[in-house]
Amino acid sequence: MIKTSDLVFRTMRIDHLPHIWCPGCGNGILMRDVAAAIDNLKLRQEKVVIVSGIGCSSRAAGYLDFNTIHTTHGRAIPFATGIKLASPELEVIVITGDGDCTAIGGNHLIHAARRNIEITVIVFNNNIYGMTGGQYSPTTPAGEWGTTAPYGNIDRQFDIPQLAADAGASYTARGTAYHTQQTIKAIQDGIAHPGFSLIDCYSPCPTYYGRKNKKGSAVDMMKYQRDHGVPAEQYAKLSDEEKTDKFIVGKLSQNEYPGYTQLYQQLIERSQERSQKKVYL
Amino acid sequence: MLCGNYEKGLMEKILVLNPDWCKGCGICAAFCPKDALEMIQGKVSLKENNQCILCGLCEQRCPDYAIFVSDSGK
Ligand code: SF4
Ligand code: SF4
Repeated sequence: MIKTSDLVFRTMRIDHLPHIWCPGCGNGILMRDVAAAIDNLKLRQEKVVIVSGIGCSSRAAGYLDFNTIHTTHGRAIPFATGIKLASPELEVIVITGDGDCTAIGGNHLIHAARRNIEITVIVFNNNIYGMTGGQYSPTTPAGEWGTTAPYGNIDRQFDIPQLAADAGASYTARGTAYHTQQTIKAIQDGIAHPGFSLIDCYSPCPTYYGRKNKKGSAVDMMKYQRDHGVPAEQYAKLSDEEKTDKFIVGKLSQNEYPGYTQLYQQLIERSQERSQKKVYL
Repeated sequence: MLCGNYEKGLMEKILVLNPDWCKGCGICAAFCPKDALEMIQGKVSLKENNQCILCGLCEQRCPDYAIFVSDSGK
């Protein structure tokens, strides 16, 4: 008999476990957070669709036991958009990485956010391209290293929730592998939110990002998250100087802009009314 | 198998380790509030003087689902 928790047994394809992620990789912790959030919301298995693109993060679609689709590089959001428009009653959840979501799929991200389509995007943000060998990504901080930045990276990094919010996402939040409770809550609220939700989750990659940038072990990388991630209320009380090396964990922004499938349904109803009127005239 | 507490409706919880899935990252041991765990030959192990309070924090942070708090009898 396979020894595993009830949660993992209920929500994952345990015959595919243990997963292929490296020892200490944050993706396993974040995938459990996603499973726990879905479980807490008591969503029925057949109502949940997990869509992923390409990259380490995107392996999650193979392990989670729901309707799952592992798509092409950067294109998880377009597939998710199609599924949601065709079947608005489904809960469509995208699991993607920093490269997949903001480089290859960057345009899809901003336009899905602009439409405010009711899907939830969860970014396993490890600041690097892990699967292909440690190339720097749009979230590798300036001054750090990647195999494609042998003299140091001069690009500034994307703040993914800020990018999504500015493009129109009506819910954004940040999680980390260390802050499991807050991350589960953020994912749960993001799924329940009736609009485009994005939860950017810091995932330690000890193998590439960590080793290239001398960040120490997986434990050291999680200690960094513990010591620098603070709740919004606490962050607001910090001085500007203290804020420089801190980041908010939990909800970052939320508004009530109407969701895209709702607007689309209204459009269908309006045009049906119009055509019916024509028949009677 | 149902143990006494289970029959009385009191679930008895236990900490379960699955060395087959443990990749030896040490995260569970590093963040256990009671310092109840140690790594032996690259695998998680419960220290001899069992200090575990069954809080489940290791379960939440194990990337490989190799440690968890379970209701006994299952
Ligand atoms: S359940 Fe809590 S006290 Fe017990 S080993 Fe895990 S983290 Fe430590
Ligand atoms: S966190 Fe999990 S994989 Fe890592 S040492 Fe502990 S039991 Fe093993």
